[in-house]
Amino acid sequence: MVSLREVCGIIIFRWVPLIVLLCVSARAVDRSNFKTCEQSAFCKRQRELKPGRSPYRALLDTLELSDSRITLQLINDNNKVRLLLELYRLQGNMTRVKINELKPLKPRYEVPDVLISDPITETLSVVSQDENSLVLSLGGKDQRLIVSAQPFRLDIVEGPQVLVSLNSRGLLAFEHLRARKDTSISHKISSTVGSMWDSLKKEEDKPGMWEETFKSHTDSKPNGPSSISLDFSLPGVEHVYGIPEHADTLKLKNTDGSDPYRLYNLDVFQYELHNPMALYGAVPVLISHSTDRTMGIFWLNAAETWVDISSNTAGKMMFGKILDFVQVSSEAPQTDVRWISESGIIDVFIMLGPKPADVFTQYASLTGTQSFPPLTALAYHQCRWNYNDQEDVKSVDQGFDEHDIPYDFIWLDIEHADGKRYFTWDPSKFPQPKEMLQGLMDKRRKLVAIVDPHIRVDNGYKIHNEILSKNFYVKNKDGGDYEGWCWPGNSGYPDFTNPEMRAWWASKFAYEQYEGSMENQYVWNDMNEPSVFNGPEVTMHKDALHGGWEHRDVHNLYGLYVQKATADGLVERSGGVERPFVLTRAFFAGSQRYGAVWTGDNAAEWGHLKISIPMCLSLGLAGISFCGADVGGFFKHPSAELLVRWYQAGAYQPFFRAHAHIDTPRREPWLFGPENTALIREAIRQRYALLPYWYQLFYNAHRTGYPVVRPLWVEYPNDVATFSIEDEYLIGKDLLVHPVTDEGATAVTAYLPGKGEVWYDVHTFQKHDGEQSLYIPVTMSSIPVFQRGGSIICRKDRVRRSSSCMENDPYTLYAALNSQGSAEGELYIDDFHTFNFEKAKQFVHRHLSFSANTLSSRNLAPDSQFSTASWIEKIVIIGGSQPSSATLKNAESALEFEFDSTLAVLTLRKPGVNAAADWTVILR
Amino acid sequence: MTCVHLLLTLVFAVSLGTPVEIQRPRGVPLTSIQFYVENKPFTCLDGSRTISFDRVNDDYCDCKDGSDEPGTAACPNGSFHCTNAGYRPMFIPSSRINDGICDCCDTTDEYNSGAKCENTCKELGRKEREVLQKMAEITKEGFLLKQHLIEEAKKGQQEKQSKVTDMQGNKKQLDEKVEVLRTVKETAEQPEKEAKERHLKAWEEQKAAIRLEKDKAKMAEAFLELDDNADGFVSVSELQSHAELDADADGTLTETEAQGLMGGAEQVDTSTFESVWPNIKDKYHSEVSREEADMSCLVSSEVPFGQKVFFLEKTVVKLSAQKARDDFEEAEKALREMDDQIRNIEKELSFDFGPDAEFTYLYSQCYELTTGEYIYRLCPFNRVSQKPKYGGSETNLGTWGSWSGPENNKYLLMKYDHGTGCWQGPNRSTTVKLTCGKETVVTSTSEPSRCEYLIEFTTPAVCQEPANTDLSPHDHEEL
Repeated sequence: MVSLREVCGIIIFRWVPLIVLLCVSARAVDRSNFKTCEQSAFCKRQRELKPGRSPYRALLDTLELSDSRITLQLINDNNKVRLLLELYRLQGNMTRVKINELKPLKPRYEVPDVLISDPITETLSVVSQDENSLVLSLGGKDQRLIVSAQPFRLDIVEGPQVLVSLNSRGLLAFEHLRARKDTSISHKISSTVGSMWDSLKKEEDKPGMWEETFKSHTDSKPNGPSSISLDFSLPGVEHVYGIPEHADTLKLKNTDGSDPYRLYNLDVFQYELHNPMALYGAVPVLISHSTDRTMGIFWLNAAETWVDISSNTAGKMMFGKILDFVQVSSEAPQTDVRWISESGIIDVFIMLGPKPADVFTQYASLTGTQSFPPLTALAYHQCRWNYNDQEDVKSVDQGFDEHDIPYDFIWLDIEHADGKRYFTWDPSKFPQPKEMLQGLMDKRRKLVAIVDPHIRVDNGYKIHNEILSKNFYVKNKDGGDYEGWCWPGNSGYPDFTNPEMRAWWASKFAYEQYEGSMENQYVWNDMNEPSVFNGPEVTMHKDALHGGWEHRDVHNLYGLYVQKATADGLVERSGGVERPFVLTRAFFAGSQRYGAVWTGDNAAEWGHLKISIPMCLSLGLAGISFCGADVGGFFKHPSAELLVRWYQAGAYQPFFRAHAHIDTPRREPWLFGPENTALIREAIRQRYALLPYWYQLFYNAHRTGYPVVRPLWVEYPNDVATFSIEDEYLIGKDLLVHPVTDEGATAVTAYLPGKGEVWYDVHTFQKHDGEQSLYIPVTMSSIPVFQRGGSIICRKDRVRRSSSCMENDPYTLYAALNSQGSAEGELYIDDFHTFNFEKAKQFVHRHLSFSANTLSSRNLAPDSQFSTASWIEKIVIIGGSQPSSATLKNAESALEFEFDSTLAVLTLRKPGVNAAADWTVILR
Repeated sequence: MTCVHLLLTLVFAVSLGTPVEIQRPRGVPLTSIQFYVENKPFTCLDGSRTISFDRVNDDYCDCKDGSDEPGTAACPNGSFHCTNAGYRPMFIPSSRINDGICDCCDTTDEYNSGAKCENTCKELGRKEREVLQKMAEITKEGFLLKQHLIEEAKKGQQEKQSKVTDMQGNKKQLDEKVEVLRTVKETAEQPEKEAKERHLKAWEEQKAAIRLEKDKAKMAEAFLELDDNADGFVSVSELQSHAELDADADGTLTETEAQGLMGGAEQVDTSTFESVWPNIKDKYHSEVSREEADMSCLVSSEVPFGQKVFFLEKTVVKLSAQKARDDFEEAEKALREMDDQIRNIEKELSFDFGPDAEFTYLYSQCYELTTGEYIYRLCPFNRVSQKPKYGGSETNLGTWGSWSGPENNKYLLMKYDHGTGCWQGPNRSTTVKLTCGKETVVTSTSEPSRCEYLIEFTTPAVCQEPANTDLSPHDHEEL
C-alpha cells in the first residue's frame, strides 16, 4: 500500500482537487514533495555550523558522582546557557551520554517506551582529575572516559586506542528553549548593549526558528528553535552501516557532497534507489566496523533526524588530555558521524562491542529482541491490492492447491473494508467473512486483513464515534481534532502515544468487537508513518498535538505505537496464549518487539530486487530481523523472469510475501505458464523445507538479538573483502545465499568467505573452498545457496500445502562437514504458535554434533519439556567418507545407508528416533 | 472385493513419535495392484531399483518416482489413490496424506493425523449425480437447441449467400442502369447547358455595352466639369486644375504634362476629348463623386433584360433535365445502398461463427446484466460495455477481437480488447467465457485484474453432444 499512488489521484480527486496534481504527475518519486536539508530550517542551521573549536565548556567543579552516574554542567560561552551532562556506564560494555538543558523553559521530550527497561548501570569511578580534564574508569578492561573541559569533548579510550570521540569536531549544538522576543525591543537592546546581546540576537535572527513554510504548509513552531546536534569521531573506522530505512547501499556513503541521511517516517510514492531520502521507518542506530572492533551508536530521539557521514584521517582532532593516553597516527582513517535532530534531548548509547555479536547483544539489552513469530508467519504469504471478494479468495486458495504450491496466508488490502472503515467488511464483497475464514481454516491456512491508523470521520462509524467520545484523536495546533486526508477521505488520527488509547485500540481486536474476525485472522498496519495525503511531506503537521507534546517530538515513534497496540490486541484476544503476527510499514527502534516490517511500495524493477538485500540487512543490523520486500515489486508489472528471480530471492529472505498494486495485471504464481509455475513452486518449496532452520534462527534472534540474516562481515569480521558485500548474505551463519538479481544472468560470482572453510552447494553437494570468489553458471532454476562446512541444518523435506500441515512431519538432517570432519547445529521445536515456550518452557532445543564419526543429539534445555511427534527421517552427511557400518546406539540397531562416492555424500536411512530424544549414531 | 476387504482390515501403529507402519499397499489404485505383491520384492515402477516388500509404505522414500510410498507422505512426488466408493475415485498428491485436511471423501487420506473426517462420498455422489443429471438435461436440451441454431444458421447463411449472389446480379443491372441514366441525364442537361452558355455570352455583351455607355456618360460629365468656362473646350489650364492627373507624381500637373495628356493640343472639344479621356479616366476624380457613386449603384443593381429571358428559358429546359437528374441520383443511391448491404452481409459471412455456424444467432444481438453498480452489455462479435446504473457515461470494455479458448476448443472463450484506456494502465479488455445452457444469458461479470473483465455467458451453442444419457447410480461407483 502506498499513499500517493495512482489511486490516490482518483480518491482525492473527489475531495481535494488540488492534490491530484501531486499524485498523478509522479512516475517516480516527486522529490519536491520532500524536504532537503536546505529546506528543513533546523537542518540548514545546524549544517551551517562547521567543525571548529566548540563554544561549550565543562564546568568540572559541578561534578556530581553517584553510584550509577556522573553529572556535570556544560556552558556555552557564547550565550551562557548551561546544559546538564549525564554519563552512565551501562552493563554489557555500553556508555550512555545524556545532554539536556540545565533549566529548560519547559520540559524537553525524552523518548519513552523504546527502552525495554531502565538500563542497568555499573559504577563509574574517577581515576584522575586536573583543571581541564577528568578521567573516569569504565570498568575492568583498561577503558577510560576522558572528559576535556575546554573545549568540551569526550573520548572513550581502551588501552592506547581511542574508540570514539564526542564533540571532537566541535559540532555539539543545543538550541535552548527561549521565549519569543519582540523584535523591536531586542533591536533596541542590541543597539545599546554589548556584544553578548549581539550574539544572542544573531542566533535568533536565523530564519525558520519561529515559523517555517514548506510548499503550502506552515509549521507554527510555538516553541521556537529546539534542535540538537552532536558529532562522533571513529578513528580507524572506514565502514559504517545501519540507520535504516534508506533505499541505499549496505555500507553508508560519505554525505559530504550530498544531503545527510534522513530519518523521518514518510510515505514516499515510488521511491528512488540510492539516495539518502527518508522512507517509511527510522532506526537511529549506526554500526561501525573495522577488523579491530565493532561498535554502535544509538541516538535515542524520535524527532526528524539527519545523519552526516564523512571520511577523515585520525589525529587531526587529537589534542589535550587524550594525548597522554594514545599514540596517534595521523594517517589512520577515521569516520566522522554527526547527528542532528529537531527537538528532544541528546540521549545516546555508545555500544562498545567489541565483536559484532556483542553489539547485537548490547542493543538488544536496550530495546529488546525480535519477537518470536508463529511459524506460519515465516511461511509464504500471498497478497494483492486487492483480492476482490470472498469468491476471489476462494479461487486463489484453490489455485494454490490445483498447482500444488504451498502457502500459509492470503492477504486483504484496504478494499475489503466497508468504505475503508477498518474493523469492518464490505457487505457486498465480503458478506460472510467467517465462512471465508473457516474455509481457510479447514485448509489450515490464514488470512491477514489490513487495519490502518487513519479513521474515517463518519458519525455512522462506531470506531470513529468511540474515539471521538473518548477524546482519543490527535489534536491540531488549535486544540481541535486533527483531520487529514487518507484512503477513506477525511480522517482522524488516534493518538497512539496515549497508553489509554492503545489499550482501547487493542480491545477492538477482541473477537466479539471485531465482527467477522476469527483466530486465523491476523493484521497488517499500513500508512502508519502516519500518512496524511494533504499534510506536509504527506504526513502529519509537526505542530499537531499529542497531549502536551508536539507531533514534532514523537513523529518517528507513531508507527511503533500503532504496531504495538495492534500486537497487544492480538495477544489479548487469545487470552495471552497466542503469539501475534502484525506487519507494519513504519517503525522505530524497538519495533522488532512487535512483528514484521516490509520495505514498502517498491517497484517491479531489477534494481528494486537488488536493493531489497541491503535494505533488509541494514534493518537486521538495527535489530529488526523480520524484514521482506514485496515479491514481484508493488508498482508495475514484472516480466516472468523478474518474478521468478524475485520468488527465488524472496524465498531466502525473512518475510516472504508477494504483493501487487491494484492496477497491475494479476500475478498469482500460475499465471506465467507451466515452466514459470514450476520454478516458482520449487522456490516456495525450498522455503518450506527450510522452515525448521528459519524457525530456529528466529528463536535465537528472539533470545539473543542476533540478526537472522547477516552481512558476511558479521561472521567474518576480519575479512576486509566482505565489508562492502551486499549482493549476498548469510542466513544465520550456516547458509550463504547469492540470489540472481540480473536480467538474463548466465552466471553469478559469489564470494565464499573463511580461510580454511569449505562450502557445499545445497543443491548439488559440490564442495568449494572458502576465501574465494566463485564463478557460478546459472540457469533459470538456479538459486545459488551454500551450506557452511561444519554445520548441521535440519529440514522438513516433506513439503505440504501449508506449514501447519507439516507440524508433525519428520526431519532430515544435513550435516556438512568441515575440513576437520566435524559439524554442529541446532534443532528447535515447540508448538509453533503460543507463548508456552516462554511461559511454560514447553519446547525442545537440541544441540546436534558430528565429530570423530559420531553424530549425536544433546539436550540444550534440560529444564524444558515438550513432546513432538516429529522424528528423524534421514541423515545426510556431506563431505565425509564411506563407513563400513552405521549404528544407532540407542537401539543398537544397524542403520542402512548409501554412499555417493563422487560427491562424498552419505545418506543414513530412517534412524526413526524421535526428534526430542537423546540419540547417537556411530559410523565405523 | 479383495481390495475392499484389505482396506477395511488394515492395522496401523498409531503412536506419537514413531514412523507409521503400514502393512498393506495403501493408496494403490486397482489398476496397479499387480505391481504390489505381498512378500515379494517390489520394483519401483520406473524400474530404478528393487526393494523388499516391507519397504513399501514404510514411511521412507526409496524410489525416485515415489512408487514405493503410495500410502504415505514420504515421497515428494508420490500420489495417493482414494477409492471414494459412492463417488469418484481420485488421485491426490501424497503430501496431502495425514496433513490434517480431509481430501478424500472416504477419509482414507487421513488415517494418522487426528483429523476428524467423515465419509461424505455417498452424499457427494448423490449431489454430483444430481448435478450431472441436471447438466445432462441442460446439455441434451441445449444440444437440441444448438442443432436448431445450426440449421437456422446454415439456412440463414445460404439465404444470405444467395441474397448476396442475387444482389450482386442486381447490382450489375443497377450499375448498367446508372450508366444509362447518367447518359440520359447528361443529354437532358445539354440544352440547358447550351442555353446557359448562350445567355451567358449575351449577358456579357450586354454588360460591355452598359459599361461603354456608362463610360461615355462619365466622359461627358467630366468634359462638362473640366470645361470651367463652358466654352465647349477643355483647355490645358482647365485640365491642370485636376492635380490627381499628375503623371510623375510630384504633386503638380505641369503645363507640359497636361499638354501631353491632351495629345499635344492646347484645347480639345467634346469629340477630341474622346481620345484624351482614356488617358485620364483612371485617375480622374469627379468633382461630384457622390452622384457617381449613386449612379454606379444603380447600374450594378439593375437586372438586365437578357437575364430575365434566360431564367424563363432555363425553367423550360430544366424541367426535362431535372427528371433525368432525379432518375440518375435515385439509381445511384440504390446502387450505394446495395453495395452497403452486400458489404454487410459479406462481413457477417466472414465472421467465424463456429465450426457449424452455431454462434451466428448471436450476431447483432446484445445481452445485458445489471449488477450492484453497473449495467454490463455484451454485443457478441461487436463490443462489450459498462454503464453506471445510476447515470453516467458508457465505458467501452473492449471490441471484438477473436476466439481465444484453448487449442482443443477455441470457441469456449471470446476476447474483446482495445476498450477505453485505464488511468496509468492498459486498455480495458474482456474475456467472455461460454458455457452450455438452454438460454442465452450473461450470468456474471467480474474484474479479476484491474481493467481486465470476465463475463460468464451461457448459450446452447457450446453444448456438446451428450455422450451417454444413462445415468444410473452404479456407474459412479468403482466397486
